[in-house]
Amino acid sequence: MMNKEHLSKKTFPWAHVIGYVGSIVLTVLALWFTVKAPLSQGSIITILLALAILQILIQLIFFMHITESRGPAYHSIAIALGFLFTFAVVAGSLWVMTFNSQVQ
Amino acid sequence: MINQIVEYLRNADPLIQMSAVAAVLTLLGIIFALTYFKKWGWLWREWITTVDHKKIGIMYLICALLMLFRGGVDALLMRTQLAFPNMNFLDSQHYNEIFSTHGTIMILFVAMPLIFAMMNIAVPLQIGARDVAFPFLNAVSFWLFFFGALLFNLSFILGGSPDAGWVSYPPLAELSHSPGPGINYYVLSLQISGIGSIATGINFIVTILKMRAPGMTLMKMPLFCWSVLASCIVIIFAFPALTVALALLGMDRIFGTHFFTMLHGGNPMMYVNLFWVWGHPEVYIAILPVYGILSEVVSTFSRKRIFGYKSMVASLMLISVISYFVWVHHFFTMGAGPGVNSFFAVASMAVGIPTGVKVFNWLFTMFRGRIRLTLPMLWSLTFIPCFAVGGATGIMLASAPADYQFHNSYFVIAHFHQTLIGGAVFGLLAGMYYWWPKMFGFKLNETLGKWAFWFFNIGFYVCFMPQYALGFMGMTRRVYTYPAETGWGTLNFVSTIGAYLMGIGFLFIVVQILYSIRYGERDTTGDPWDGRTLEWSLPSPVPHYNFAQIPTVNERDAWWEMKQQRKEGILPPTKEPLKPIHMPNNSSLPFFMGLAFFVAGFGLVFNQFIIATVGLIGVVVCMLWRSLEKDTGHWISVDEIKQMEAS
Repeated sequence: MMNKEHLSKKTFPWAHVIGYVGSIVLTVLALWFTVKAPLSQGSIITILLALAILQILIQLIFFMHITESRGPAYHSIAIALGFLFTFAVVAGSLWVMTFNSQVQ
Repeated sequence: MINQIVEYLRNADPLIQMSAVAAVLTLLGIIFALTYFKKWGWLWREWITTVDHKKIGIMYLICALLMLFRGGVDALLMRTQLAFPNMNFLDSQHYNEIFSTHGTIMILFVAMPLIFAMMNIAVPLQIGARDVAFPFLNAVSFWLFFFGALLFNLSFILGGSPDAGWVSYPPLAELSHSPGPGINYYVLSLQISGIGSIATGINFIVTILKMRAPGMTLMKMPLFCWSVLASCIVIIFAFPALTVALALLGMDRIFGTHFFTMLHGGNPMMYVNLFWVWGHPEVYIAILPVYGILSEVVSTFSRKRIFGYKSMVASLMLISVISYFVWVHHFFTMGAGPGVNSFFAVASMAVGIPTGVKVFNWLFTMFRGRIRLTLPMLWSLTFIPCFAVGGATGIMLASAPADYQFHNSYFVIAHFHQTLIGGAVFGLLAGMYYWWPKMFGFKLNETLGKWAFWFFNIGFYVCFMPQYALGFMGMTRRVYTYPAETGWGTLNFVSTIGAYLMGIGFLFIVVQILYSIRYGERDTTGDPWDGRTLEWSLPSPVPHYNFAQIPTVNERDAWWEMKQQRKEGILPPTKEPLKPIHMPNNSSLPFFMGLAFFVAGFGLVFNQFIIATVGLIGVVVCMLWRSLEKDTGHWISVDEIKQMEAS
């Protein structure tokens, strides 16, 4: 690990550049699909979801060093909890707010 | 902006005008005293620029006690207004402002900093570390909290306090219903201090996971550290929801968007939902460290190992996860279907199970223990029945059909004060008394402390028990006056007496601290309570590098085991020679970063975008400066350590 750190200081940070370009491309694609693409709403939402998942992976792998670890991999537990809580908030909020569709 | 402030002060209540004058006089007094005693340099070098976790903890503690005073005065003003029917002490607007600031201050600027104070003081010492994982970030967190609190407190003399409750629900909190700067103050001060809270959460998770002394596996860690870990997990997952809710509300108010306004597809219910996604976990953030404090105090003063250590750990972790699935119980009456309400009612009640486990573990720890009734133990003992009643009324509220009756009544007020005072405040006071000798090197006077204890405790029950009854009698929260025919007068009067008794209790704590600074028993051993965990192996107050040599841990109550072995004649293995210690440098950047955030926030409160831009540029400059700084800390030589250890 120490070696790896040492190396990453000396060489050009390619991982960061790939991650940066990748996240920009994904964002522009998402924008293009919502604004310009001649598709039905359902398929646009599906495509956006897929792009979002790719975006998460890029952030985790290229910027948040998910694949590197010194000692126990506590961060994988944290990520799992993060997904659980995100699911709770998003799915829970959708569920909680469904009454709204009946009211309107 | 200046016109707005002058206009506000001219038309304000005489009470507010007087406090404005008092605030200016206090400020002048502090400036005069610091200049007269030539303490500016000392303040700057020793406190404002410090990155030492113990000093940051002490600063959190001082701020929290000052804010407790402010929030307490708010409470007494409210109770005075409600003491008799048709009172004319406060007008409705002033009353609205007071209950809004009381709630916000007590939760965010008293409970949170008190918890951060305890974490900062005890966690690194308990795990045998020299500092937290990110000392600079720790200082940033403190100054963000400090300037957030300052911005919030400025509101009542500069432009008007927030007046839409501590929850600030739209549409009441929108520009259409609250046009003044009050809600802007709320949004921005919470946003600024919230950033600091998230940073503290990350900081302490990393500290606990990565910086434990050799030999201290997770299952040998003191329970307070476990509870802080649980609390920090909740912090980092809950606070972003608040950040989002406040950002959207702020954009509605400052930039004219329509997230919560019912125009152009906005929906105020989404704010309520997001607010409580943070809001309910928040009360667990406040209570979880208290469970840890209680575990430490109960086992120390019963001279026994904690009963059921593993079940304690499991229940802490369970609570931190379940706390995320209960938020809807704050708005069962919003209109969601029976499926939603049933799910969240059951999830809320499920929290009671691990909590019950903890209560029984404390009781079993005390069973056949040699109990010493010191101040920390007294507060812990009263915590248990008080919190149990709070939990029981919580289960009543968690039953969705019953909640339709209790909703927005004084029953709710009584319930959450019972959990937050009887839980968080009692526990945090226990922690304050417990670690006070470690922080300052002297004990607090027990007699004065017992007076405070009894006044506060009796006052508490006198104040809040009548409120349960008032809730059943139909008194709703946030009313500023009521007619005599309601029959609420007597119970309200009793409740007000209780509030004043608690106020006297607080005064006793102040007197106790002032008296003990002069006459308090000095702690020369570093272990005044015959403690069990590593912080008591150090001298009091602790040298700034904490441990001259990092201890090796073999057992759960590490310091207790070391003492037992020494009694049995087993000497600790000969220590290795001292080595130079590497410590982080002090830095003024956290202070300036907080100041820059404050300027930006103040600008945005009054829609003065030039001031706001200046502040935000300041933030960016501070961050750039820090990024380009080559700060590698400094070394403490062996000679210096020897000198420090000998003194």
